[in-house]
Amino acid sequence: MTEAIVTISNRAGIHARPAALIVQTASKFASKIWLEKDSDRINAKSIMGIITLGASFGTPIRIMAEGTDEADAAAALEALFDSKFEED
Amino acid sequence: MPKTDAKRFTVLDLLDLNLNEQNALNLRCIGGRKGLSREITVPDLNRPGLALSGFYESFAWQRLQIFGRGENAYLKMLAESSDVETYEKLFSYPIPCCIFTHNLAPSKEFFDAAERGDCPILQTDLSSSEFSSRVLRVLLDIFAPQTTIHGVLVEVYGIGILLTGDSGVGKSETALELIERGHRLVADDVVDIRCVNGSILMGQGANKVIGHHMEIRGLGIINITHLFGVGAIRDKKQIQLVCGLEEWDSNKVYDRIGTEEMTTEILGVRIPKLEIPVKPGRNIPIIIETAAMNERLKKMGYHSAKEFNQNVLRWLESENARALYFNRDDFL
Repeated sequence: MTEAIVTISNRAGIHARPAALIVQTASKFASKIWLEKDSDRINAKSIMGIITLGASFGTPIRIMAEGTDEADAAAALEALFDSKFEED
Repeated sequence: MPKTDAKRFTVLDLLDLNLNEQNALNLRCIGGRKGLSREITVPDLNRPGLALSGFYESFAWQRLQIFGRGENAYLKMLAESSDVETYEKLFSYPIPCCIFTHNLAPSKEFFDAAERGDCPILQTDLSSSEFSSRVLRVLLDIFAPQTTIHGVLVEVYGIGILLTGDSGVGKSETALELIERGHRLVADDVVDIRCVNGSILMGQGANKVIGHHMEIRGLGIINITHLFGVGAIRDKKQIQLVCGLEEWDSNKVYDRIGTEEMTTEILGVRIPKLEIPVKPGRNIPIIIETAAMNERLKKMGYHSAKEFNQNVLRWLESENARALYFNRDDFL
């Protein structure tokens, strides 16, 4: 299990477009990937789940990946969050 | 995946609850406002008769204290004999709050002792028994064990079915076809499950604001209520069957007879589970519909696979007996 903690740096938080980008990135990997906010854990390959998480600006999110390519998956998602989802 | 730390439920939250007519608690705070931030930790009530009379052994101070007509009459008697020690002892415990039913109000001495102890005093116009049953229902619901599962919850022929499986296996598409055939969507993707009464699992959408939307690859996010109407959705449903959709694995042994009752456990409750292999060209919605009808039949006491097996055994026995009967001619 590989874990990484990121903070939302987008002004608008995770709305539909960033959520779609997260799903597209996560779906490329075979591992199971979860995003956790406070005590809510959702499947990162499901767009409805990511939107329901309600992650706004400044929220810390824990990325958890488990599987054969867990390290690559966690790194790719971390890079996506850090790049502010190509907004701003 | 359970929530690790439950959110705190305070007396103020109890006052703020928005419940409809038959469940309304009609509570007002008439004193001890400083204590409204006190936490309610157990979904239970206590009538403090024994405590008021001076017996504090096994005093259930964590529970909500209900003061009905009997307790109020006793308090009046204590007030007349100016017995303040009993009040002081009561408020030395960190009780969450005192609730007076029948719109009764305590004496000034009781009020002052409560204010000194920072204990909130609430009042309701309901009778003690009516208030007790309503508040217990609400508290049991709030304190019910809860978890969130990735899956789709649908209601097919009255049976609540939870479709589970990896992303991309086709849960949402299966649910969409079931909706088109007249069944109902309860929740897509994020299903919030609560264990009520220790044996019933109630499933609902995790978020009321964005509930009843589905994500379909190729279409994006669609609003089921707008597309199919209010008859195609449901807010809550008891989970009675779990269908695990998985990619057909040629090495795996799938149940071919149906007499084995496979179950899975959610929040400590055993639910029947079916493993359904998915392969291009297989009509999964009809399998789910048939599974729902079969489940209804089982609930009514008719277990098709077992009956089939018993009939086969009976037929084999009769074939055996006939064979023996006919063979006897050979000996004669």
